[in-house]
Amino acid sequence: MSDNHHHDHPTGIKRWLFTTNHKDIGTLYLWFSFIMLLIGGAFAMVIRAELMYPGMQIVDPNFFNMMTTMHGLVMVFGAIMPSTVGLANWCIPMMIGAPDMALPRMNNWSFWILPFAATMLVAPMFMGGHFMSGQGPAFGWTFYEPLSGQNDKLAFFVFAVHLLGISSIMGSINIIATILNMRAPGMTLMKMPMFVWTWLITAFLLIAVMPVLAGAVTMMLTDKYFGTSFFNAAGGGDPVLFQHVFWFFGHPEVYIMILPAFGIVSQIIPTFARKKLFGYASMVYATAAIAFLSFIVWAHHMFTVGMPVAGELYFTYATVMIAVPTAVKVFNWTATMWKGAMTFETPMLWAIAFVILFTIGGFTGLMLGVATSDFQYQDTYFVVAHFHYVLVTGALFAIIGAVYYWLPKWTGHMYDEKLSKLHFWMSTISVNVLFFPQHFLGLEGMPRRIPDYNPMFADWNFVSSIGGFVFGASQILFLFIVIKTIRGGAKATSQVWEGAEGLEWTVASPAPYHTFENPPAIK
Amino acid sequence: MSVTKTTKILRSLFAAALLCGPALAMAGLNMHRGVTVNSHDMYDLHMLVLWICVVAGIAVFGVIIYSLINHRKSKGVTPATFHESTTVEVIWTVIPFVILVSIAVPTTTSLLRYEDMSNTDIDIKATGWQWKWEYEYIGDKITDSNGVKFFSQLDKESNDARQLKSNVDVTKIDHYLLNVDNPLVVPVGKKVRILTTGKDVIHAWWVPELGVKRDAIPGFINESQFKVEQADWDKVQKDGEAIFRGQCAELCGKDHGFMPIVVKVVSEDKYKAWVSAQKSAAAASAVDSGKVWTKDELIKHGAEVYAKNCAACHQPGGEGMGPFPALKGSKIAKGPIAGHINIVVKGKPGTAMAPFGAMLNDADIAAVITYERNSWGNDMGDMAQPSQIKAAR
Ligand code: HEM
Ligand SMILES: [Cu+2]
Ligand SMILES: [Cu+2]
Repeated sequence: MSDNHHHDHPTGIKRWLFTTNHKDIGTLYLWFSFIMLLIGGAFAMVIRAELMYPGMQIVDPNFFNMMTTMHGLVMVFGAIMPSTVGLANWCIPMMIGAPDMALPRMNNWSFWILPFAATMLVAPMFMGGHFMSGQGPAFGWTFYEPLSGQNDKLAFFVFAVHLLGISSIMGSINIIATILNMRAPGMTLMKMPMFVWTWLITAFLLIAVMPVLAGAVTMMLTDKYFGTSFFNAAGGGDPVLFQHVFWFFGHPEVYIMILPAFGIVSQIIPTFARKKLFGYASMVYATAAIAFLSFIVWAHHMFTVGMPVAGELYFTYATVMIAVPTAVKVFNWTATMWKGAMTFETPMLWAIAFVILFTIGGFTGLMLGVATSDFQYQDTYFVVAHFHYVLVTGALFAIIGAVYYWLPKWTGHMYDEKLSKLHFWMSTISVNVLFFPQHFLGLEGMPRRIPDYNPMFADWNFVSSIGGFVFGASQILFLFIVIKTIRGGAKATSQVWEGAEGLEWTVASPAPYHTFENPPAIK
Repeated sequence: MSVTKTTKILRSLFAAALLCGPALAMAGLNMHRGVTVNSHDMYDLHMLVLWICVVAGIAVFGVIIYSLINHRKSKGVTPATFHESTTVEVIWTVIPFVILVSIAVPTTTSLLRYEDMSNTDIDIKATGWQWKWEYEYIGDKITDSNGVKFFSQLDKESNDARQLKSNVDVTKIDHYLLNVDNPLVVPVGKKVRILTTGKDVIHAWWVPELGVKRDAIPGFINESQFKVEQADWDKVQKDGEAIFRGQCAELCGKDHGFMPIVVKVVSEDKYKAWVSAQKSAAAASAVDSGKVWTKDELIKHGAEVYAKNCAACHQPGGEGMGPFPALKGSKIAKGPIAGHINIVVKGKPGTAMAPFGAMLNDADIAAVITYERNSWGNDMGDMAQPSQIKAAR
C-alpha cells in the first residue's frame, strides 16, 4: 500500500522546492526552525557572555541591544512558531486520517516565504560597515515606538514581519481547512486528539491577530517614510496607541506559542501513563477559554504606562482570571498521571518537566498580573525569568518532547535512549541554573535589556551565564542525536510506544510518503 | 556512617534551613520593602501572592511527585481507567477562583492608594532624554523652588569605566552605574508628585525603594507620587540624608543601561538650604551671550562639552558608530556653519540627535561647534560665537 503513489515525485533539491507533501513540508519547517533555534541561541550566548561579569567586555551597547532584539525575534518568529507549524503538518493529517493538508500548494508557499522573511530580518545587521556596527533592529522584540522609528533600516523589519505574518495566516487557513473538512468519517470534533484541538484554536488566534500586527508595522512604516503621525505625539498621534495595538497581538501571540505545546503534552502523558487523558472535554473548554481570555488582558504588559486606575483594575482582574483555566489544565495532566502505570522514556521526561516548570512560569505570571506589585516587576529580570519559564521550559520543552515522541514515526528508527536522556538532564538542570536566578535579579532591582550592571548583581549573573552556556551546548547534542536517528538505529515498530493511541500509530514507521489515501475506519 | 557524623550533618542542614529565611531578605534574593507606603504595599502583595504560589506549588508538585514514585509500571501497577469526574472538575475550578478573589481585594485598595494624587506638597517634572534625566521644580508648598531646573546624568567615574574594554575594575567604583552628577533632592515626610514625560523616546522613571515606576512618554505627562515615611527614613538616614537609587526601566536606545536616577531625601531644613543654593548658583552661572570668545577658549571648553554630551554616540574621535554618524569629515561639520548650528540647537527629529539648545547654554554650544569644526582633521578654521547661537534659537 505504501508505494501506491499517484505520481512520481521529483528528487534532490526540486523535491524540496516544489513539494506539496505534508510530510516533506513538515520536515522543512522543522529543520528551518531548528536552524533558527541555533542562530537565536548564538545571539543569546553573546548576551550571556557580556553579562557574565560587570563591566563592558565584549560588545558595545548598541550591538548588545541588537542581540537582545534579534534573539527575541528569531526565537519567537523563527524557532517556536514555525516548529509548531511543522509538527502540525506532519501530524494533523495522520491524526485525523486525512491523506494530506487541504491546500497543498499554499502549504508549499507558506513555508518557502519563511527563508526570505528571515533573510530580510537579519540583513540590516550586516549593513553600515562591518558586522559589529550593524544597523539591525536594536529596539527590543516589542519594537516600541518612537524608539523603533529611529532605526534607519526599519523598512526591512516591516517587510520581514509582513512576510512572516502572511506565512502564518496561510498556514492557519490550511490547518483550519484540513481539520474542518478532511477528518475521516467518524472522527467527530470531540474525538479529535488534543493536539489537533489545540492547533485548531491556535489557528483561529493566528488569523485574528496577525493582521493586527501587520497593521501596527504598516503604521510604523507610513510614520517613518510617508509623513503620517499615528504614533508621533508631535503630529497629534499617540505612542501608547502603538503599545495597545502591539499587545493586542502580543498577548494572544504568547498563547499561539503555548497552546500547541499544551496539545503535545496532552498526547505524551496519556501514552506513557497508559491511561486516557483526564477530563478531555474540560481540556477542550479550558483551551477555548484561555484563547478567549487572551484577547482581553493585553494591557497587563503596560501597567506602568499611566492608564486610568479603572483600566489597571480591570486588566488585573481579567489577567488573574486566566490562571483558572491554566490551573485546570495542570490539574488534568496531574490526574492523568495519577494511578497510571508510568514509564519514563525520553518524551515523557520532557512532558513531566514541562508540567512542573511551566507551572512555575504560571505562578510568576499570576504575580505579574497583580498591578500593584507589577509596578516593581515590570521591565526587570523577573519578567525575563517568567517568560523564559513559560516559553523555554514550556513551549520549547514540549516541542523537543514532541520530536522525541514522533521521531521514530518520522524516521523509522529509535533514537539513542542514553544520549537523549543525557540531553534531557543536561537541559533541565542547566535551564534552571540559567533562569531561576533571574527571578532574584529582578526582585533585587536589575532592569532587563541592559548590557552592564552594578556589581551587586554580579553573582547571579555569573551563575545564570554558566547555566546558559551549558544549555546552549546541550542543544548541539540534540542536533547530533536527531541526525544519528535519521541515519540509523533500532527499527521502530508501527506502534512505537506500548501505550500510544491514535491513527498515526497504525501506519508503518517510517510513515509512508502518502498515508490514508483511503480513509481509515474510526472506532 | 557513624551516629555523630549523621547528627552533625543533620545539624548543619537544620542551621542552613534556619538561615534561609533571613537570607531570603538579605542575600539579594527578594524584593525590598522600601520606604514609602507604595513600596510597602507592593512588597506586602508580592509576599502574599508568593506564599499562595508556594503553597499551591507544594500541593500540586507533591501530588505529581507522589504519583511519579508510586504509579509506575515497574512497580507492577495496572493503570486505573477513570478519566473524568464533573465533581472534581468543578471543585478545582472553584478553588483557584476563590483564591484569586482574595488577591483581587487587597490589590484594589492598594491601587487606589497608589493612584491618589491629591494634596501633594511638591511637584517635579522629570523628563527623560536619550540618555539623561532633566528635573524641573514646578510647584512647591514648602519653599519657593519654582524654576529650579537641572540635568542629571551618569557620573564621570562610572561613565569612564563603562566604556568598552576600559579595563577598569568596576567593583572598586562607588555605586557603579548608579551614581549621577546632580541628584534629585526632596524633603522627608512630604508628598512628592513626579510628572514624567519623554523628550525623544519612552523612558521610565523607577526608584524601587520609593515604589515608583512610571513611563516617561513624549507628548504625554504621567503622574505618580511618593512620600518617604519619617519612621523608615530615620532608620536609614545619615547626617540628615538618605539616598535612593534607581534606573531607567524602559528600553530607550543605546545607553538605556546608563541613565540612573538618584534621589536624595533630606530633612526639611536641608531641603530649604539646597533650594536657595540652587537659585544663587543659577544666577551666578547665567552666561553673558554678548561676550566674544577666542578660538582657543572655544576649542578648549568645547572639548569638555563634547566629552560629556556628544562622545557617547559620535565617539571620542568623532568616528561615529553604527547608526550614529561620524563627525570626522562629515558634510555638516565641514559645511556651512549655519547648518551645523541648526542641527545642534534643534536636533534631528526621529533620530537620537537631541535638540541641545534645550540643554546647553549659548557658550557651550558655540564652543562645541567650534571644537567639532576644528578637530580630527576637520580643519575649517572658523568658529561660532554665543551670539550666533542666541540668534539661531
Ligand atoms: C497564568 C498565565 C499567565 C499570566 C497570568 C501571565 C501574565 C503576564 C504578565 C502580567 C506579564 C507582563 C509583565 C510585565 O511586563 O510587567 C507577562 C509577560 C510575559 N508573558 Fe506571561 N502570563 C501567563 C502565561 C504566559 C504564557 C503561557 C506565556 C507564553 C508561552 C507567557 C509569555 C509572556 C511573555 C513573552 C511576556 C513578556 C513579554 C515582554 O515584555 O517581552 N506568559 N505575563
Ligand atoms: Cu500577556
Ligand atoms: Cu531611558
